[in-house]
Amino acid sequence: MAKYQCDNCGFVYDEAEGFAKEGFPPGTAWSRVPDDWACPDCAVREKIDFERVEDE
Amino acid sequence: MHSTTMASSHSYSDSKRYWWLLGLVVPTLPFGSYLLVEATGWGVLWFWPIVFVYGLLPALDWYIATDQDNPPEVAVPDLENDRYYRWIVYLFIPLHFAAFVLSGWVFVQGGLVWWEALGVALSLGAVSGLSINTAHELGHKKGDGERWLAKLALAPVFYGHFFVEHNRGHHKNVATPDDPASSRMGESFYAFLPRTVFGSLRSAWQLEKTRLARLGKGPWTLQNENIQAWLMSVVLWGAMLVWLGWLALPFLLIQSVYGFSLLEVVNYLEHYGLVRQKTESGRYERCGPEHSWNSNHVVTNVFLYHLQRHSDHHANPTRRYQALRDFEEAPQLPSGYAGMILLAYLPPIWRRVMDRRVVEHYNGDLTRANLHPPKRAALLARYSQTA
Ligand SMILES: [Zn+2]
Repeated sequence: MAKYQCDNCGFVYDEAEGFAKEGFPPGTAWSRVPDDWACPDCAVREKIDFERVEDE
Repeated sequence: MHSTTMASSHSYSDSKRYWWLLGLVVPTLPFGSYLLVEATGWGVLWFWPIVFVYGLLPALDWYIATDQDNPPEVAVPDLENDRYYRWIVYLFIPLHFAAFVLSGWVFVQGGLVWWEALGVALSLGAVSGLSINTAHELGHKKGDGERWLAKLALAPVFYGHFFVEHNRGHHKNVATPDDPASSRMGESFYAFLPRTVFGSLRSAWQLEKTRLARLGKGPWTLQNENIQAWLMSVVLWGAMLVWLGWLALPFLLIQSVYGFSLLEVVNYLEHYGLVRQKTESGRYERCGPEHSWNSNHVVTNVFLYHLQRHSDHHANPTRRYQALRDFEEAPQLPSGYAGMILLAYLPPIWRRVMDRRVVEHYNGDLTRANLHPPKRAALLARYSQTA
């Protein structure tokens, strides 16, 4: 399970948690999120702009 | 002078810190009218909030200097976390609701002649229009609390879908031909107004429909944020009608239509003629400083929570108002938004002032501007000679 972060506002999409409000139940893989899905916090970045968060 | 260097977060003090309280003057304007009319008996004073918006604010912008003070980045976390700045925005909402109730009561029960009643409704409409700016500041924030307050702030003016459309529609599509809320060069305010009102409504509905479809739901559900926000208005307006009777209906409609028209005239001037170019991948370039009209006129900036530092707002939509920065490279309006509103109402004067600024911005190459399609050929022909 990986995490992906918006480089504008810092919003993090965590595959383990998903994002229910946007229609992604827990465990939804990043690959199943549509490419044109916009960041739910700032909306000025889309999925393809997100960066993978490396585990510490 | 920019003062962005050589300051630690402890040495920075916000020169506008207490000036931000002036934003709370707006929802108290109708109370001022009431007291002024009581004291003098002059019904014309019901128009005091209108005079404030169209007369006093532009005049003060004219006389008081501009302000380019930017907080140093190191001070921004403390500045954003200082709850004082949030509370003075939250307080706008109860004051607005109180003014709404008072104005509705005076409109129906005040024994006014028709033009005085009109003054009461328009004046409250001015406050409702500015309340959309308050909702705007709140709606961009992370976390459900402030987003619910944004919907609540939009209840009196019955414009709750703004919360959905502005954040997820306008910000995504700003300064492109796809955005109903970005005005085009050659498009008068009166052509823009119906396009933005109906286009934004359609966009807000579509955005929630798409989101809810991913949840396996249709749009007609209480989870639709448009419906949530509109229901608050239904309850509030319904309570006013039950209490005051059908005579409250013209009050509700006038303040709403005038209120959202005031928001839309501000939308009109924020991106006039500006457009993002398409990159090789077919996407639009990111929204940059060059895609919004800015102003450092300090009076309007204080009353609109730095809305005129519009380029930074679009680059960083979740940044709080007190931390927004002036960008020197951003296109500047000749006056504050309050004064520019007056020009927008008078299309020939607006175009005389603004069209040459769009031409200059694009170094004479209007093929790179956002042009109103019916005027496109004429604009290109007219300005190609001067390029
Ligand atoms: Zn974001």
